[in-house]
Amino acid sequence: MRALRVIALGSVVMLTALLSAASAGGADGRVAVASLQPAIQPASRGPCVAEPAVMRRTHPDMLRHQRDDTVHLGVRDARASLKDCIGCHASAQTGSVAKAPTDFCVGCHSYAAVKIDCFECHSSKPQAVAQR
Amino acid sequence: MSKPHDTGAEQAMSGRRAFLGLAAGVGGLLLAPGVHLMEIAHAAVPSAATAGGANPKVRWGLLIDTTKCESGCTDCVGACNTENGLSGGTGPTDSQWIRKIEIKEIKTGRTQSLPVMCQHCAEPPCVDVCPTGASFKRADGIVLVDRHSCIGCRYCVMACPYKARSFVHEPLTNQKADVPRGKGCVEGCTLCVHRIDKGQGPACVEACAKAGHHAMLFGDLNDPASEIARKVRELQSTQLRADLRLDPGVRYQGL
Amino acid sequence: MKQTLHGFYTLEERIFYVLVLIGGGLVAVGLLAAHFMEEHGHIVTGMNNQVVWGLPHVFAIFLIVAASGVLNVASIGSVFGEKLYKPRAPLSGLLCVAMLAGGLMVLMLDLGRPERLVIAATHYNFKSVFAWNVFLYSGMVAIVAVYLWTMFERRMNRWTRPAGLAALVWRFALTTGTGSIFGFLVARQAYQSALLAPLFIVLSFAWGLAVFLGVQSAMYAWNGQQLPPAVQQRMARLLGVFVAAALYLVGVYHLTNLYFARQGAFEAFILLGHGDAGSVFPPLFWGGYVLAGALVPLLLLFHPRLGGPRSTLAASALVVAGAFALLYVFIIGGQAFPLDIFPGFEVSSSFADGAISTYRASLPEWLLGLGGVGTAFLLTTIGIRVLDFLPQDDFATLNAAPKD
Repeated sequence: MRALRVIALGSVVMLTALLSAASAGGADGRVAVASLQPAIQPASRGPCVAEPAVMRRTHPDMLRHQRDDTVHLGVRDARASLKDCIGCHASAQTGSVAKAPTDFCVGCHSYAAVKIDCFECHSSKPQAVAQR
Repeated sequence: MSKPHDTGAEQAMSGRRAFLGLAAGVGGLLLAPGVHLMEIAHAAVPSAATAGGANPKVRWGLLIDTTKCESGCTDCVGACNTENGLSGGTGPTDSQWIRKIEIKEIKTGRTQSLPVMCQHCAEPPCVDVCPTGASFKRADGIVLVDRHSCIGCRYCVMACPYKARSFVHEPLTNQKADVPRGKGCVEGCTLCVHRIDKGQGPACVEACAKAGHHAMLFGDLNDPASEIARKVRELQSTQLRADLRLDPGVRYQGL
Repeated sequence: MKQTLHGFYTLEERIFYVLVLIGGGLVAVGLLAAHFMEEHGHIVTGMNNQVVWGLPHVFAIFLIVAASGVLNVASIGSVFGEKLYKPRAPLSGLLCVAMLAGGLMVLMLDLGRPERLVIAATHYNFKSVFAWNVFLYSGMVAIVAVYLWTMFERRMNRWTRPAGLAALVWRFALTTGTGSIFGFLVARQAYQSALLAPLFIVLSFAWGLAVFLGVQSAMYAWNGQQLPPAVQQRMARLLGVFVAAALYLVGVYHLTNLYFARQGAFEAFILLGHGDAGSVFPPLFWGGYVLAGALVPLLLLFHPRLGGPRSTLAASALVVAGAFALLYVFIIGGQAFPLDIFPGFEVSSSFADGAISTYRASLPEWLLGLGGVGTAFLLTTIGIRVLDFLPQDDFATLNAAPKD
């Protein structure tokens, strides 16, 4: 009896969440989707360093490892160079990966509610744009 | 005469020995290729030099001819500010990676002008005092701040005898793509490490040459054939606060 | 202060809540100030590229040094076996942990990137005194916790002496580490001295005992009791000895500096204000530390006609005030004087080379520092209320004695 109540309550909560997510899809300016995925602009060029599923899971470690190599050993132009990431993923409109809510890094990170402080120091725009 | 159970025990013993011998042999056979592969792997670990990073055989340095430095000229300072995205402000909280200092000998009245930046010491006190190891010396002698580890304690600012380090007092925007810098971390002259890694020289040296002063020379102090090594071998040059025995990589002529 | 239902002397409920409100208020305001500083950067403070360690560091270093010194009272009881000090040992341990917590809070919130504390706790450069201090400070809390346990748990009482000895040794290492933060800096004329570590140790004795005497007087006053004259005189005299020893070491430090020609300009600046009209350092040093922080307390503590409980309390307060004055002159004066990159030359630049820097503490810095004091205050108050930290034997005796 108690278990049934729990299941019933749980399903009501889930349904409410789903419906509100679907209906709020258009409220904050994102592309109205009925799914629960974040709305991110695709990259400007071809395939990424690895499959999207792999990148999603391992990009923090890739970046963290690479930054030590770059800063301490002076290894540049490696696979996981942040500058190259930005070069590819910068939005065509804002020229940045962290300005508008649909820009690449911000779009996913605000969806996942994981605050990043990379762009407190790093320019979020690719080289040519940054020096304009 | 061996008794039956002795024979049995002996046989068991020799049986065990054989087994142990076989196990050792098989184990060795299995491990040997692995050990060999590990040797190969360690040998092939991309040392920075082979992977195109900082070369430990190199020691980058500057030679500054103060006789060619004019009082009031700030070409090197302007170039540094532009290259690294500094504001160029000279207020008490503004970052200055290089500055022109005017000195006057008290007893003789002789004046001089010279640029002072991080001296990229071989024994940097800033590296010694940094609690997280964010202030570090790269293999090729450049002293840098790893802003991923910097907690902003400013101990290195206290420790530097040349006042090379600045602390970022406010949030920054529009950083140069090659020069990440931000609030709460400490920073200083990087010898334009992002340019050096591309085979170029520091922006200040380039600007000084372009303007025709030729007061600054950049090169590899460890390479006896380089121009800078030749010059410091032939002409007199000093290090600032040489008495502290920090062995800076920046040398000055005419002081 | 009545005996609670649980049978030990503690704070009255009303007083307790008032104290918690005060302490809690200070802490809250301090945290707000820290948040403000973190959000906007250090530009909202009075610190700049010349004076990078400001008023928060003065508060933090006072709290940390006094924390290590306040444990002296417990050491005299546990390690040296002085019976009068044994009932005071738990309060001394509580004050040590509370002040250490307060000082560290201020230090960590003043960082440029306080959110990176995890990095400081996981990445170590063991050549740095700061890295060693992370272990020394946290280890101190652990050791004092064990020490307190040996005092509170009757079955562990026989371990109080070894625990007290361990705390004593660790304390010396900790204060040496704190003094060496400055002593290891070869760059600045105010520091670069091996004398700083022992100086900080003696200062810790004086400041810690002064804080303890102040807290103790307050506790007794709230109980309507007075410290027995024998105890009060002994502790007063001990404070006097420490204050004199500290004054001696400060004197030796300056005398030696005065002997070196290359330190002459710096000493003239710090002691006489040369080069900076209206400099705050000479009045703070001579008036704040030497006079008010050392000579007047010595008079109050040793003069036969003075030397009563009120004089002792006044002397303790003056010693603490003198401590802040000395630390201000030491930390900020040491940074205000320019680096000597070109000995024998007059120097000027856009980066304040050769120029004496000015510094004025801003409100967020004051609030952050006071927040640290509030933390120590709050932790002490709650500790006393919840556990029997007060000198129980003393109160029992005093309350049992017929009132004259």
